Amino acid sequence: MTDFLYFWNHFAFILLMVGGLFIIITSQNYIKKIVGLAIFQTSVFVFFVSLAKIIDGTAPILMKVEAIYSNPLPHVLILTAIVVGVATSALGLALVLQIYKNYNTIEEKEIEAEELKSER
Amino acid sequence: MNFLIDDAPALVVILPLIVSAIIAFIPSSRWPWIISMITLIGHLFISFELLSMVKKTGVILYEFGNWQPPWGIAFKIDGVNIGLQIIFSIFVLITTFYSRKIFLSEIHPDDTGKTYSLWLLAIGSLNGIILTNDIFNLFVFLEISALSSISLIALGAGMNRRALLAAFNYLIIGAIGATFYVIGVGFAYSMTGTLNMSDLVVQLSQYSSGQLAIFAGMSFMLIGLMVKSAVFPLHLWLPAAYSYAPSAVSTLFAALATKAILYFFVRLIYEVFRIYDHYLVIFLDYVLMPLSVTAIFVGTVIAIYQEDIKKLLAFSSIAQIGYITLAFSLNEQSGITAGFIHIFNHALIKGGLFMAIGYFAIVSQDRVTLSSISGYGQKYPITSFALLICGVSLIGIPLTNGFVSKLYLFQALYFNQMFITIALVAISSALAVIYFWKIIERLWFSTTTVKVAPEDPAIYIPLWIIAISIIVFGIFSAPIIELATMASSDLFGAISN
Amino acid sequence: MSNSSLIILGLLVPLIAALGSFVFQKNINLRDSFGVIGGIITFIISLIIFDGIKNFQEFSISLFPLIQGVEFTFRITPLGSIFSLVASSLWILASIYTIGYMRGAGEVNQTRFVIFYSIAIHAALAIAWSGNLLVLFIFYEILTFSTFPLVGHKQNAESQAAGRVYLSILVGTSLMLFLPAIFWIWFQTGTLDFKSGGILEGKFPTEYLSFLVALLVFGIGKAAIMPIHRWLPAAMVAPTPVSALLHAVAVVKAGVFSFLVVVVYIIGPEYLFESKASNWLIWLASFTILASSIIAISKDDLKARLAYSTISQLSYIILGAALATSFAIKGASFHIITHAIGKITLFFCAGAIYVTAHVKKISELNGLGYRTPLIFFAYTLGALSIIGVPPFVGSWSKFYLILGSLEADYLYVAIILGISSLLNIYYLLEPVFIGFRKKLTKDIHLTHAPLAVWPPVITGLGCFALFFFANYFIEIINGVLFI
Repeated sequence: MTDFLYFWNHFAFILLMVGGLFIIITSQNYIKKIVGLAIFQTSVFVFFVSLAKIIDGTAPILMKVEAIYSNPLPHVLILTAIVVGVATSALGLALVLQIYKNYNTIEEKEIEAEELKSER
Repeated sequence: MNFLIDDAPALVVILPLIVSAIIAFIPSSRWPWIISMITLIGHLFISFELLSMVKKTGVILYEFGNWQPPWGIAFKIDGVNIGLQIIFSIFVLITTFYSRKIFLSEIHPDDTGKTYSLWLLAIGSLNGIILTNDIFNLFVFLEISALSSISLIALGAGMNRRALLAAFNYLIIGAIGATFYVIGVGFAYSMTGTLNMSDLVVQLSQYSSGQLAIFAGMSFMLIGLMVKSAVFPLHLWLPAAYSYAPSAVSTLFAALATKAILYFFVRLIYEVFRIYDHYLVIFLDYVLMPLSVTAIFVGTVIAIYQEDIKKLLAFSSIAQIGYITLAFSLNEQSGITAGFIHIFNHALIKGGLFMAIGYFAIVSQDRVTLSSISGYGQKYPITSFALLICGVSLIGIPLTNGFVSKLYLFQALYFNQMFITIALVAISSALAVIYFWKIIERLWFSTTTVKVAPEDPAIYIPLWIIAISIIVFGIFSAPIIELATMASSDLFGAISN
Repeated sequence: MSNSSLIILGLLVPLIAALGSFVFQKNINLRDSFGVIGGIITFIISLIIFDGIKNFQEFSISLFPLIQGVEFTFRITPLGSIFSLVASSLWILASIYTIGYMRGAGEVNQTRFVIFYSIAIHAALAIAWSGNLLVLFIFYEILTFSTFPLVGHKQNAESQAAGRVYLSILVGTSLMLFLPAIFWIWFQTGTLDFKSGGILEGKFPTEYLSFLVALLVFGIGKAAIMPIHRWLPAAMVAPTPVSALLHAVAVVKAGVFSFLVVVVYIIGPEYLFESKASNWLIWLASFTILASSIIAISKDDLKARLAYSTISQLSYIILGAALATSFAIKGASFHIITHAIGKITLFFCAGAIYVTAHVKKISELNGLGYRTPLIFFAYTLGALSIIGVPPFVGSWSKFYLILGSLEADYLYVAIILGISSLLNIYYLLEPVFIGFRKKLTKDIHLTHAPLAVWPPVITGLGCFALFFFANYFIEIINGVLFI
């Protein structure tokens, strides 16, 4: 049981990840898919950042006294990953906008129906 | 000029990236292409410079900002990736030369600067994938290449609005794949505290009995890369993305994008995770190999039923990726050699096919379907004949490079006693004749009333460069085999010793 | 002229003829004469080579390496010199006949037709002269692809479907079975060169030899053994010169030639005989001989009947190779010549009947014998030769095959050959009887096409004449087992 509590950050991460994936897969709306994707990606950020945390550790700043500090590298990595995530969301939203202009809807089912119609 | 030589590994990636930022703002419709060509010629020179350096020293380790690994990011160039680097830089040059006429016809002239900006961005990031020695840095390049590819695919919306849906699908699936990969990186980092691949090998060796967290990380990373390289059944984004993108973009991606990621995939398996032999064997024998064989069959059979030729070629690509992963799954040096040979050869073949079909797309100003190319063989003999050569090579008839690939794949399978797989591969390669022949039959054995435009040298010169090299490398296959053997022995031989 | 440049010249002549036909496509007489002239030149070259081989000269040329231990080599074996002589001599007559037939029947796209005809001959010659199995395979594929435009010549739905069957069976079997077999041999021995006595003995696991034989005999789909025979009747939709090319000169002969070469120069007849790896093939070939004869009887279309007759006759050659005794191999080699000249006569006649009288079915031949006596005369000569009646050349090869079967202690094979001859008599001579026995039922307007009529007469007389020159061939056939 203590193991479970000790790794609670993993469980939070898994919950977020699965939730995000669920939204991506089930929602018909393209914007909602992008929201799901954002949650999915955020779960990884949580995972990385929580990995770096050391209990009672401080920020890794040069100090006179010796102190326990959290590992800064995962934070740096996640900074990069956030930028990537933002870019992905932005591009996704831009695409959704274009899809809306072309199809007048952003519902997957309606678009599929329209494509089927235009094929005939 | 000393810095040019010292910093060549960084320059080869950074050069296209920097130029891409500049040409986005050039309003002309001609200059972006000229600048890109000059950039990529420079890129080719640096690549050859790297080749001579690798031949002299064996391995180049380039540390960015002199931060020593495992803290800093490093590029590593050795026998494994230098061959791919050379092929890559030659091929992007040819494709860029070819792309001008395609983009002129398929894209609004005002967008030319932005298009070539994305184009160079994709090239630079794919090149980064080939050279990097850092697993997180790979993620960054993976995402840059994905985002620029998605934008390029979406440019096909000018011809057909479905390109938008294809791009959106690729965005979602690709992002899931990339995120899976990062999760894997997180697990690996949490156990070893390093991101550098060479260091990872050292650190992982203390867990040689294996840890669940590492296995989980491995699985996440491998599956993420499988999504990105369209290994069956994670290929669903690929057919639409290839077929609705502008033809020049399809050519570039079909030839190189999945190949670069496949290269990293195999490097990760055999260089980093090599010590977990028992786990690896399970993955290779019970996951990758059955999937590869299925991919070969499913891809080929679906391709047979396609009416749209770009889709047909895309499904054929899935089958061909299956051949490559099948060779890689053998866990043996001859298999890796065969895989690398097919990476090179298939890049040429599929690139050539997409180039020819791209030309048909701009002359007909419509989707290229089996019925729309009726009689093109007589109308556009130069392009059609090059298409024939590429197709014959795809089937694997002797005197073409496709035959060399097949020979080495069969040899690797034979010496691993995989006789049933040989039979399956032989059957599927014969099935490939069907879809290829459908195209040929339409080209030459039916008639058309379409008006004829004279063929354009800007299209058929690069196409014929490829067609001729298909035959040349089919007869004098030594250079390709040498590069592939160097790759496999550096990857496999050194480690097993 | 040196021996090696002779080979190159012989291979280039058909290509030059194809190019010439393409360049001068506007002037149809000049265009069509290229085939005839090319045929005469290659025939002379083949004759010189044939003579040289008889005097134990060496004809070989290596161009460049293909894969490790295998070069792009042409090296003429006695068997190859026979095949090239057959192909080139019949090419002359076939070109003349093509002119008569194509113009008489008013076919379209004649230029494409003559070009691919020449390319097919080039591929057949290259198969004959190839120095190793991989080179043979390359030209085997070229032959398939170059004959496809000929089969699908009419470009209607029927010929398109036939073309697909033709291509898918031939290319499919060659890629699925023949090529893996070649790879297998190469993996085991490291070489693919033709050598007398074979290259496999001692290097190949004998228990798998019958499997290799199966890969080869089914992989070489052009040999048309059952159940890989469907492409042959399907290809009947093509114009008759193509049928003549397919069934007598190039395609099927290339198939059985390839199999014979594999048995003689790769596996080695003695090794094959001792391993008993081809015992099952003897049964299958015997079955094919009888089954296709019976199917032939049921066919009313003259060309279809001849097609099934071809399947049956090809299995004679496979049977000879499978028996793998000295007499059987010699009989099989000789049968390539005798069947080629006999069958091309029959096909020329079938085409000539179609061009002059516009009749395709046997039941409609009533009384035609009196109107077109020359064609029926030639047909009878060819049929008698294939049946194996002395004094026609076909009797020699059958005689050798029966000797071979007795030598191998397969009495039942000799009996089957006898039964098959009886069936031959029925289904090959029935058209002649119908043509002469019954009265003309409908009024038939005859077209005058002398160029389509005289070639079969020449080949028919050839069947007769060659009987007396058999020694000339026997001499070289005795050398088949030695290079």
